[in-house]
Amino acid sequence: MQCDICGKKKATVHLTEIVDEQMSEMHLCEECARTKSVQMEQQFGLSDLLAGLADFGKQVKDKEQTTLACANCKLDYEEFKKMGRLGCSECYTEFESHLANLLKKIHGSNRHLGKAPGSIPVAHKKEIETINDIKHEMQESIAREDFEKAAELRDKIRGMEQEDKS
Amino acid sequence: MRLDDLIYHTGEWLRGTGPHSNIVMSSRIRLARNLAQKPFPNRATKKGSISILETVEEAVSGIDYFKKSTTFKIHEMDNIDKQFLIERHLMSHEHSMNTEGKALIVSDEEILSVMVNEEDHMRIQVMQSGLNLNETWKIINSIDDALSKRLDFAYSPRWGYLTACPTNTGTAMRGSVMLHLPALVMTKQINKVLSAIAKLSFASRGFYGEGTQAQGNFYQISNQVSLGHSEEEILQNINGLLKQVIEQEIQARQALMVQNKPMLEDKIFRSLGVLKSAYIISSQETVELLSMVRMGIDLDVLKDLDRRVVNELFITIQPAHLQKIEGKKLSASARDTKRASLIREKLGGV
Ligand SMILES: [Zn+2]
Ligand SMILES: [Zn+2]
Repeated sequence: MQCDICGKKKATVHLTEIVDEQMSEMHLCEECARTKSVQMEQQFGLSDLLAGLADFGKQVKDKEQTTLACANCKLDYEEFKKMGRLGCSECYTEFESHLANLLKKIHGSNRHLGKAPGSIPVAHKKEIETINDIKHEMQESIAREDFEKAAELRDKIRGMEQEDKS
Repeated sequence: MRLDDLIYHTGEWLRGTGPHSNIVMSSRIRLARNLAQKPFPNRATKKGSISILETVEEAVSGIDYFKKSTTFKIHEMDNIDKQFLIERHLMSHEHSMNTEGKALIVSDEEILSVMVNEEDHMRIQVMQSGLNLNETWKIINSIDDALSKRLDFAYSPRWGYLTACPTNTGTAMRGSVMLHLPALVMTKQINKVLSAIAKLSFASRGFYGEGTQAQGNFYQISNQVSLGHSEEEILQNINGLLKQVIEQEIQARQALMVQNKPMLEDKIFRSLGVLKSAYIISSQETVELLSMVRMGIDLDVLKDLDRRVVNELFITIQPAHLQKIEGKKLSASARDTKRASLIREKLGGV
């Protein structure tokens, strides 16, 4: 593969670039990549983010080779990694554990604290979020086979949900 | 409303009033929204996209804000018309490609617009003149509330609004402000300011969109992060950052006025002089000169010029606008002549 910029040398650096909310793949030779990264750092300060994304690509490859795909839109995880675009809302559930890391790298957080559709009052919303957090922690405990912890969290959730009803 | 009706008046956001309008051209907020379970545009079939568009059109038809809006189907438009809408900041370049099922809904005064089936099912945009993010948020928030009563949005309590690109997930909100910073450029402080902005994870880019060098000393600053903070918090952060940038620009302008007033006045009046008398002018030269004239108005060096007239010229001197005004396709050199005559007409030149 040849370098996207000079078109002469062999592309050895592959990076994901984000410009105006668009993510695109670039294949560059080492020299052009260096120039490009200096430029981008000056313009957007995105180098940390890009490093994070590249790292995320590697990490997943090592961990998992089996194809993971969304049952709703049939997007498989490999394709998402290539395109940087999800296929539907259900992809977020299917690829949940991978996305949790990626979102954290992109945004520095993976908890939504903004508005919700419809008219759920904020205080109540926060509570739902907390419950969802604990539920999530519980699932993680189950995955780790830490059933004692999971049971403890389950009771906590029950307590909170009961309180909520009364 | 027909597309051609837009030619003779420009958007409300160019009126050149509102808080800090001597430095801030406009405030814009965009929200990305998708319908639950429906494939995002990049994975939708043609039939799927058309059905999304129908669903969205029906939902907006019952909402007050959209009462005087028009839907433009992108695949029915020619290249000049598409470029015309991009130049007006009503839609993205991406929206003009692979146009099947894509549409643009535009409200009466161009305050509100919705790209349907761009990267997400809906990209809702509200623009206001001056530094007005809070007001802009109020408007777009209530539009979003109204839409969410009619549409089943893709949302998770944990991650918020779900978008095609994970960089938008969460609030799926991008707030951005267009700043005119000629004095920071002239005093060579701009790079320092931009790198500080980047360190705080805000993005900056030029007036004429992606990939362009900042032209006419315009810089658009927006939030990068959309997850982990509430909408209000994100906007407050942008406001806080902007107040500092504005303060620095004001100081730089004052310093120029104090230290080198004759040089500055000379530059401003010469710029106006060229714009008023040129018969052939490129867009690059135009925006550089207009930038000086705009600063001249802000500093009260030029007293009889309306800021709105100058703001509008930044938009109307672009290629598709010139061709729409002329009513036919123009070569690059014909555009340079047409541009010069439009400017003379608007600024009262020779
Ligand atoms: Zn190269
Ligand atoms: Zn999917």
